[in-house]
Amino acid sequence: MKRRIALAGNPNTGKSTLFNRLTGAQARVGNYPGVTVELAQADLDLGGSAGVVEVVDVPGSYSLVARSNEEQVAIAALLGLEGAARPDLVVMCVDATNLSRNLYLVLQAQELGLNLVIALTMIDEAGKTAPDSNELSSLLRCPVVPVVARTGQGVDELVRTMAARLTESAQPILRFAPSPRLRAQIDTVRASFPAVWPSSDGLALWVLMSVDESDELLLPETVRSAAQLGLVDDASAKALDDECVHGRYAFIDKHIRVPEARTDAQQLTRKVDAVMIHPVWGFAVFLLVNLSLFQALFSWSEPAIDAVESAFAWLASTVGALLGDNLFSELITGGVIGGVGAVVVFLPQILMLFFFVGLMEDSGYMARVAYLMDRIMKAMGLHGRAFVPMLSGFACAVPAIMATRTMERQRDRLLTMMVVPLMTCSARLPVYTLIIGALYSPTAKVFGIPVQSGLMVALYLFSVLISLIAAFVLSKTLLPTVQGTALILELPPYRIPRLQDVARMMWYRARAFLTEAGTVILVASIVLWALLNFPRSEHTVSVARTETPASQQAEVLPKPEAELPATERIQHSYAAKLGKAIEPAIAPLGFDWKIGIGLIGAFAAREVFVATMGIVYSVGEDVDETSDGLRDKLRDEKRADGTPAYTPLVGLSLLIFFALACQCVSTLAVVKRETHSYRWPVFLFAYMTALAWLASFAVYQVGRALGLS
Amino acid sequence: MSGASGTVTRYTEAVSKPLARVPLRTPCTVKAVNGARSVRRRLLELGLVPGTQVTVVGVSPLGDPLELEVRGSRLSIRKKEALAIEVEQ
Repeated sequence: MKRRIALAGNPNTGKSTLFNRLTGAQARVGNYPGVTVELAQADLDLGGSAGVVEVVDVPGSYSLVARSNEEQVAIAALLGLEGAARPDLVVMCVDATNLSRNLYLVLQAQELGLNLVIALTMIDEAGKTAPDSNELSSLLRCPVVPVVARTGQGVDELVRTMAARLTESAQPILRFAPSPRLRAQIDTVRASFPAVWPSSDGLALWVLMSVDESDELLLPETVRSAAQLGLVDDASAKALDDECVHGRYAFIDKHIRVPEARTDAQQLTRKVDAVMIHPVWGFAVFLLVNLSLFQALFSWSEPAIDAVESAFAWLASTVGALLGDNLFSELITGGVIGGVGAVVVFLPQILMLFFFVGLMEDSGYMARVAYLMDRIMKAMGLHGRAFVPMLSGFACAVPAIMATRTMERQRDRLLTMMVVPLMTCSARLPVYTLIIGALYSPTAKVFGIPVQSGLMVALYLFSVLISLIAAFVLSKTLLPTVQGTALILELPPYRIPRLQDVARMMWYRARAFLTEAGTVILVASIVLWALLNFPRSEHTVSVARTETPASQQAEVLPKPEAELPATERIQHSYAAKLGKAIEPAIAPLGFDWKIGIGLIGAFAAREVFVATMGIVYSVGEDVDETSDGLRDKLRDEKRADGTPAYTPLVGLSLLIFFALACQCVSTLAVVKRETHSYRWPVFLFAYMTALAWLASFAVYQVGRALGLS
Repeated sequence: MSGASGTVTRYTEAVSKPLARVPLRTPCTVKAVNGARSVRRRLLELGLVPGTQVTVVGVSPLGDPLELEVRGSRLSIRKKEALAIEVEQ
């Protein structure tokens, strides 16, 4: 079996850069069993007798003490608990400019008896304040190799040291003498360990410091109750924390002096921050950065999205021509190629967003965003870092939900994921444009404001308001925190991001999306395609064969009396049956079964509503939201009693419904992927649909009561 | 760094105050960290142990959180947490 090396360390120590430098371009990302934390792994040839080893990139952390089962991943990966293999060697990245805090983690690792090699990073930044690696090595009793991950300096030496130390073993080192009381607690906990756990004082200390009344750790019940014996009340728990943390820092402070002088990078950071977190300039830069991000998601990715769409349209028509006119051909072109296209079309925005997120994270600016926005976000129970995902939600909820990973805690991520889909994403725009364009006069004004543009702006503001209210309510009810949300945020020195690291992250995210969320979206798209196209009678099919292709149908209009075969097909499809089945539920909102078909089609993607309505109303499939044909059709559509089916009031109800409902299979698929559970996507769908129904119901019924139409 | 000796405990108690009440850019020394266990433990682990020098170097433009310099690195915590950190000047 391949030997395993874990790469660990504090955040912002250049750990990922070192990982990329060590392993080149062949890393793969695997999910840790049961939780959303991803561990990147790669093979590394150490040369000589050491041979090829597996390197695992452990999530960066300041301490091994954990509260959530996600933080537990770090210790599980280091100790080989929960089915992971125990690493033969741990390479600990220690930031030379920030020695004392970084050594805290080193001491914890040594208490656990891990076989360590220290990679002393940022040695170039530390300059003359850099510690002497030989002195540090004899103090810590393990090899210390200075490296500059960015340039690769010292990496060869590190690899040689890793190879040499791979087969060594280490003994646990405790740097403080526990009091008799703590000694007894440690012994009690150690006695409760399962046989497969390493029986070390260090692991017992980890358990004692991690267990409390609200942790989410997955521990054997015997271990938990043994720990609780010693933690009878808050005071004794705090006394235990004090003894351990003080003991470790007493050792560090005895031997390590915090340098008086700031490094060049720290001085430069102070100067840059004089602008970046300035009350005026700070927000100006913030606005500029976020406007660029917004622009990138909306406009700069547009050509790529168009290219993807036309490439798949071309592919569908080429394959369709090759296969001829039959059911199999339609399945391939409409179902499979259309479905894959529906997945791939998200890539430009995902890549663009993660390019920005990568730059913001790696430069250190993301921490400043959290610092600037924390006050506002906190008021809604959200994390300061939720700002970027929320903003990205205006473009598309799918990449925005993936961007919630910049938050450490599961609770903060979940809360953000639950409200991001309320933001007005770009897929809602075609629907809004169609409805507003069809049902409201371009010249109408209310209080001097043009109704059409006023409604559009109002819908954007409405989405922001509703998502903030939803965050507030959910943070008080469903996802409350024990002690409120404490913010403890490091403001790291500014560093120039390495494009290779950013590109690596973009690739990880894109691949994770394609392989996991992508398959769900593909299947869902095919199912929805089938619902809209089946069943079909022989008659319909034979007519379809003789008719002109869909692209020419739009020009044949207006000829409402001659229904097109696609229209006839959709009106007899399973989707139509579903539409009729849900009609009693949507009738109080002012919608008929034809709108019901559109709502079902919109699940594939909201903008599909427009194309579906195009088919339903015999305008052809190639309509877009500005087509006069479809707008006229909607205006002329009558109910059975002869009243117009689409009134401004029905339009408003429909707009509200689209603003609030979670009509997006892709969003649900990506929430499923990110939370590794069906619970959250189901909840998201249920609460947004309920909210949409109630709001539309209120609008329509109150409107009617007021005599509006 | 050795901290106050036992004989002057009463005196130091008299001058200790919450970190949130210390003027900007005034170096002070951590005396005790109070508050909920999980937050307190994280603050201790980040190096805010008694005897450590800490300086509030900035306040976010909207009034919260604070920016601290501790052990050569910069941390941001909210005023609520800073109220639970007792320091002496």
